[in-house]
Amino acid sequence: MEDLLRISNLSTSFFTHEGEVKAVRGISLTLKQGEILGIVGESGSGKSVSMMSVMRLIPDPPGRITGGEVWFNGRNLLALSEREMEKIRGSEIAMIFQDPMTSLNPTLTIGFQIKEALKVHRRISEAEATRETIKLLKLVNIPNAVQRIRDYPHMFSGGMRQRVMIAMALTCSPKLLIADEPTTALDVTIQAQLIQLVKRLRKEFGMSVIWITHDLGVVARLATRVIVNYAGKIVESAPVETLYDSPRHPYTLGLLSSLPTMTGNRKKTLYAIPGQPPSLINLPPGCSFAPRCLYATPRCSETEPSLNQIAEEHYTACWETVKTKGVLKRIDE
Amino acid sequence: MRDIRVTEVSKAVKKKHLLDSYILRSFSKNPVALFGFAGFFMIILVSLLAPVIAPYSPTEMNYDAILVSPCGDHLLGTDDLGRDILSRILWGGRESLRVSLTAILLAGSVSIVLGLLSGYVGGWVDMVIMRIADVFLSFPHILLVISIVAIIGPGLTTILIALGISYIPGATRFVRGTVLVVKNRDYITAAQIMGASKLYIMATQILPNILAPIIVYSTLGLGSAILATSGLSYIGLGAQPPSPEWGAMLNAARPYLRDAWWMSVFPGLAIFFAVLCINLLGDGLRDALDPRLKN
Amino acid sequence: MISYIIKRILLLIPVLLGVILLTFLIAQVTPGDPAAIALGPMATVQDIADLRSHLGLDDPLHIQFFRYLSRVVQGDLGLSIRGQTPVLTEILLRLPSTVKLTSLAMAMALVFGVGAGLIAAVTRRKSLEGVVMVTALIGISVPSFWMAILCIVVFGVNLGWVSVVGGEGFKNLILPAFTLSLAPGAFLARLTRSSMKEVIREDYIRTARAKGLSWFRITEVHALKNSMIPVVTVIGLQIAAMLGGTVFIESVFARPGLGRFAVNAIANRDFPQIQGVVLFLASAYAVLNLLVDILYTVLDPRISYNRKDSSK
Repeated sequence: MEDLLRISNLSTSFFTHEGEVKAVRGISLTLKQGEILGIVGESGSGKSVSMMSVMRLIPDPPGRITGGEVWFNGRNLLALSEREMEKIRGSEIAMIFQDPMTSLNPTLTIGFQIKEALKVHRRISEAEATRETIKLLKLVNIPNAVQRIRDYPHMFSGGMRQRVMIAMALTCSPKLLIADEPTTALDVTIQAQLIQLVKRLRKEFGMSVIWITHDLGVVARLATRVIVNYAGKIVESAPVETLYDSPRHPYTLGLLSSLPTMTGNRKKTLYAIPGQPPSLINLPPGCSFAPRCLYATPRCSETEPSLNQIAEEHYTACWETVKTKGVLKRIDE
Repeated sequence: MRDIRVTEVSKAVKKKHLLDSYILRSFSKNPVALFGFAGFFMIILVSLLAPVIAPYSPTEMNYDAILVSPCGDHLLGTDDLGRDILSRILWGGRESLRVSLTAILLAGSVSIVLGLLSGYVGGWVDMVIMRIADVFLSFPHILLVISIVAIIGPGLTTILIALGISYIPGATRFVRGTVLVVKNRDYITAAQIMGASKLYIMATQILPNILAPIIVYSTLGLGSAILATSGLSYIGLGAQPPSPEWGAMLNAARPYLRDAWWMSVFPGLAIFFAVLCINLLGDGLRDALDPRLKN
Repeated sequence: MISYIIKRILLLIPVLLGVILLTFLIAQVTPGDPAAIALGPMATVQDIADLRSHLGLDDPLHIQFFRYLSRVVQGDLGLSIRGQTPVLTEILLRLPSTVKLTSLAMAMALVFGVGAGLIAAVTRRKSLEGVVMVTALIGISVPSFWMAILCIVVFGVNLGWVSVVGGEGFKNLILPAFTLSLAPGAFLARLTRSSMKEVIREDYIRTARAKGLSWFRITEVHALKNSMIPVVTVIGLQIAAMLGGTVFIESVFARPGLGRFAVNAIANRDFPQIQGVVLFLASAYAVLNLLVDILYTVLDPRISYNRKDSSK
């Protein structure tokens, strides 16, 4: 399979009054055609910022992409002009966002906003655009599409608004869909529906998906491969079964251990990773997880580990992976 | 259960104090706002010290020095009765400030009380207060002011009362708005659960947290009060001769527009400078509040 | 949407009633006996008493109010004390001058104020933004009547570009309209800029960018409409401020308008005139506010829509 997206050492920072916030510190990943990649991490781990950097939607000021390359379809997106980037956004790469309440313009009809996405990239008549829009709305299961085209965003529920966003993203059959926590603000049941929808559409359109979330449950249901982010860096990358079965980075272990389970000892208190994520302005030397890590050695606080391959398709950034083998199974007892 | 609530309250209280230091820090980084503050402070100082630092008395007429252009003896010139313009401006500041500050303080205190009641107590109290405010607000502001002037009769004190009364409806609306925002915050709920009375909550919990936007609003209101005071005096409805109020001075300068430009320029400059400093101060205060909270 | 408009028009009636009531009460609160004032210092006590009963001044308050109300509705605003002419006629005579002045001033304030604010918000050049904002700050700090005086001195007297007094031609309108538009225009500039800057930070702008729209298109289609909402909200207040401003500007430029009429009425203690002009201007203001409200619903579809139907 072809590499669709190849990110090389991407770094992005925000320059504020208090100092430089290093939101993304050298992230590298590859995405193949047809893959569903899940990016997991807590708030501030750099997962959203990295994908916004790919789309070059970082507000400048105060943010700036400080280094790296992003290869998409044979072109380095970071080297393109703004006009060229505008041609790619919405047509080859589409992005949907977290809050459907505020992500649509309240003073324009949804029909207008979807048609706009069509007209910006294709020479298309108004009538044709309307037909396309109705087709797309039906595709994402919006009932009464023909009438609802003239409705405003506030006339839709949250779940439906997110479907409208998906319809808008699919107008030009993008090769890559980036979804930034699209279900976080919605009910669990709506969440399940949307995940099913995206899975189906991916197959129909043959596109790749990057799904950003902090919810490990969502990732398990959707992704083929998972990346775990911490403090602006990737700490573990593995196929989804491998990650859940045998996680090797202490942070991933902590995340999975803190999930409540249906089986196992119900009398134990729920595990929580001790401590807080580090400040992205004053990062500690060495591995940024070391201050909270159960397996940390002096070396961990001196030198930052790089992403190393420990098994087929399984990478992790840790000096002490020997200690973490099989730990998850032991915690369960 | 009780433990959680206490920590919630103490966390929320801590957040309140953090905000205060944010305000001071942001303000000190803003040179323009500091200039406004310094200018305003200076104006107050000069007005208070006018009896001491003014070279002449503001009403002292000198028929040998009529319509003298700015020179060594009279830095800003003299008017048609030989009175020193500089001294009159220094003394005039006292008038403008006295009226505007008092009007704002008057309107402010009444509005805070009414706004707190209307916003926090709600119910029919809110309805009554808001309906009455709406009736007054359906009048253009200046029209309301001059109506009151028509009733009482022209004069500086009238302006004080008229401005004070006319600002109440709008300010009450504003205070009510700030109360509504704060009303739903966690520390208010916590205080209610702990059994605090409505009065206690209004006085100790809500009031300190709405003071900041109210201060910004009042500062900008002070600027418009000074403009209104001088304007109304200019058309003869406010300060009467021989008052050195700035607007009244401009009124007296009308016949001498061509011949004695200094009579028309300097009092106006004084009004402009005062309002400018106040606006800069108000802007600075507003900037110190908003973005910090957003970030 | 139509039902909302009709509702707002119907709401105008209680507002107008409130205005008439308040004006009526103002007259009641004013010290002095209208009959005594009308008859002058030579009148006897009996003359005054006769006039009072003739005018119905001793009737209960609510009866007097309804009498006043019915007269007002028929367009009778009483006779002025000085000239004994119908107040309504005097007002209508001066109306055109004020309308011309405020219309031009409002147009100038909107075009230059909002325009400057937009430029300041979207420009990348910090210096341009700074210049516009400083000018706006000066605009809201300068006393309009002082500015008017300076303009007269500079443009009229020294440069002789515009004739200063009298005349109703366009050339005579420019200077007064400009000075009247200064403060509202500056205020609108500041408001537009901050509103625009906030809108640009909104999520739906991010979505628009993600669709591949250019900044130009985003500003033109998405940002503009939404950033104008707070501006339209305050237009009503700006109209009020402008009506108030005419009081000063008409005095400086000696224009025969309603503002100056009101000031003279107060100076002369001519109560029918005062009452009449206050009532007239307040009513006009109420109608203008209604028009602004309707304009608001055109801009923001959320307002007229009944919230109850929106959840599914």
